[in-house]
Amino acid sequence: MLRQVEGSRAVADVVARCRPQVVAAYPISPQTHIVEALSDLVRTGELAPCEYLMVESEFGALSACIGASAAGSRTYTATASQGLLFMAEALPNASGLGLPVVMTVANRAIGAPINIWNDHSDAMSQRDAGWIQMFAESNQEAVDLHVQAFVLAERLSLPVMVCMDGFVLTHAVEEIDVPEQDVVDALLPPFVPRQVLDPAAPVTIGAMVGPEAFTEVKYLAAEQQLRALDEIPVVAQEFERATGRRSGGLVGTYRMDDAVTAVVAMGSVLGSVKDVVDQLRDEGVRIGAVTVTCFRPWPLDEVRSALAHVERVIVLNRAFSVGSGTMLGQDVRLTLSASEAPVYDVVAGLGGRAVTRASVQALLAAVLGGKVDPDRLHFLDLDEALLGRDSTPSLLKES
Amino acid sequence: MTTTDLKLYQIGTFAAGNRLLDPDERSVQADPGRANAITSGHRACQGCGEALGARFVLDAAIRAAEGNIVTANATGCLEVFSTPYPESAWQLAWVHSLFGNVAAVASGIAAALKAQGREHIRVVAQAGDGGTVDIGLGCLSGMFERNDDVLFVCYDNQGYMNTGVQRSGATPPAARTATTKPVGVEPGNVFGQGKDLPRIAMAHEIPYVATATVADLRDLERKVEKAMSVHGARYLHVLVPCPLGWASASKDTIRLARLATQSGLFPVFEAEHGVVTATTPIRQRVPVEDYLTLQGRFAHLFGEPGRPDVVARIQAGADRNIVRYGLAAENEVVPHG
Ligand SMILES: Cc1ncc(C[n+]2csc(CCOP(=O)(O)OP(=O)(O)O)c2C)c(N)n1
Ligand code: SF4
Ligand SMILES: [Mg+2]
Repeated sequence: MLRQVEGSRAVADVVARCRPQVVAAYPISPQTHIVEALSDLVRTGELAPCEYLMVESEFGALSACIGASAAGSRTYTATASQGLLFMAEALPNASGLGLPVVMTVANRAIGAPINIWNDHSDAMSQRDAGWIQMFAESNQEAVDLHVQAFVLAERLSLPVMVCMDGFVLTHAVEEIDVPEQDVVDALLPPFVPRQVLDPAAPVTIGAMVGPEAFTEVKYLAAEQQLRALDEIPVVAQEFERATGRRSGGLVGTYRMDDAVTAVVAMGSVLGSVKDVVDQLRDEGVRIGAVTVTCFRPWPLDEVRSALAHVERVIVLNRAFSVGSGTMLGQDVRLTLSASEAPVYDVVAGLGGRAVTRASVQALLAAVLGGKVDPDRLHFLDLDEALLGRDSTPSLLKES
Repeated sequence: MTTTDLKLYQIGTFAAGNRLLDPDERSVQADPGRANAITSGHRACQGCGEALGARFVLDAAIRAAEGNIVTANATGCLEVFSTPYPESAWQLAWVHSLFGNVAAVASGIAAALKAQGREHIRVVAQAGDGGTVDIGLGCLSGMFERNDDVLFVCYDNQGYMNTGVQRSGATPPAARTATTKPVGVEPGNVFGQGKDLPRIAMAHEIPYVATATVADLRDLERKVEKAMSVHGARYLHVLVPCPLGWASASKDTIRLARLATQSGLFPVFEAEHGVVTATTPIRQRVPVEDYLTLQGRFAHLFGEPGRPDVVARIQAGADRNIVRYGLAAENEVVPHG
């Protein structure tokens, strides 16, 4: 049933319908509305049996999830930005131990300077932590991805991050359908852990491994993560059959059939990108958009086939690697290493700066007009006047 | 739960393993059917107080909970010497996550068991002093404050032993560690009150706080039993001498633990809801020198010219404990001076 509801509230509702037994979270904007709603649901008994742990930090939150998951309970947490970094040590631990924790990341910039608004720096910084990372394009997809995330996590015994743009999605009120309880129950059977702390059959979880087997352990973990590339489309299909809705999957394509120019992006920015694609299509430009829904594991084959026939690729990144390039852009470059098509790596929408249709349009015009060097990192809407007031020398300015 | 037949090391005497005691009065370790939480063959140093303490704590906890125990362990010597790939010395359900998060992991386990309706399974968290008083304190304080149903045991060997004997917040004044060498005007660790975790735990007014040492294993077992009879957050701080880190003889582990209590340096007491309810009086008071001189980590305080001034400051700390906890036996004669 479609309801006019805030994205965060819808996510809390769908998480509750996934019946987590332990929720441990620490508040940080823009994740707060999700965990506030969940704490209400636990207090009123609407979500039961469930323990809501009000931990002292994000490190504690994920650690409590690790313990709860190892003890055989479905577990959930949510965070953003500094909170995700505060969890950093526990992230590879959860994946390394094969614990299917599901976490919402309400994507937000990382300081300094402190900034509460949206970009993808937080999730990108943890892309190597061994978690499956899914990016929602809309609030509806965010809701749907949470159901799929629990299914996926528990089938693969791996933790999953559902990334949704902070404020842009979390605080947007719109029409969203939260799958009914019976639908979720049918998709998501009770959690059967791969390994569990049980006095009746005691196991040692988290033992030390030395050089004699560490590489092999990591290799097997990498193989396990790659299995997600097979499983994610299956789960998306099951979801579509149950709800009639296409959500999730690895990669989405928009008007790519005969496109020679492609814009690649993740998350809610695709809304504006698709509008611009429509507009340019009306003007006869053969352009399309590619949405990367699953960022980790990297869907190399799907991205490659989506971009197989294009002549140029523009990657819109909501984060970048200081001193290098971008994360999404470099993965796209690697994927296209055998292709002639130049990849234009663009940093856009940092710290909540709006990525407007006008600026995407201007960017595409510049690229198509041959005014952009593909060997350089570009910053969308860089305010030259503002930079001009800076008295320290800047390489970026000169470029 | 795995049990193993008691190994009687003291053969040739009818009193071996307290067999002459009424079965109810036997220590856990003297019970022929005792659970064997941690098997022999692990890689602790000879005379390791931590290995001994952990075995007694967990066997007692297993008995108290009738086998229904799950353990979470912080990174540290205990974790490393018990689980080198591909072996595990643990005979009970055991998880290790990180160095500083064991209290939160244990809270999560307790929450899961509650949600599953399996609260008869009890949770024990264990960490060294570093994993307790330093890097793990945030999570531990959170666990206390929420009064989660976890028994947290700190094995205090007064330093970061696993990484090669560096100073921790529980390292005593003047002690030599790899990061507090006996150089400069104040040789060894600085003077300060250190992090007195039992008192910090008491400030949270949790149901039960106790200290114990491996010198009185029956007392340690009793405190574990007591802790297991209570629900909510409980804290047990066990002094476990470390021959490697303290530069002491392996055979002196028990002796050192006893001297630590008999000098007043390590007060043994119990507290409930933030109030001290019992103390173990000193039976035969000894000067701190008796304790210090058995340890290489204090060697720089003795010999020629020595640092009697520093020893006097350490003695003053012991005296303060004796007053604070009322540890003096009645009519006791104070031998030092
Ligand atoms: C975050 C982090 N920092 C540092 C370490 C290195 N480290 C591992 S064990 C340890 C010391 C453990 O000391 P303690 O908790 O007192 O246990 P002990 O080995 O003395 O029994 C240190 C510093 C680590 N594993 N993780
Ligand atoms: S270094 Fe100390 S604590 Fe570690 S195993 Fe050896 S004696 Fe035990
Ligand atoms: Mg230690």
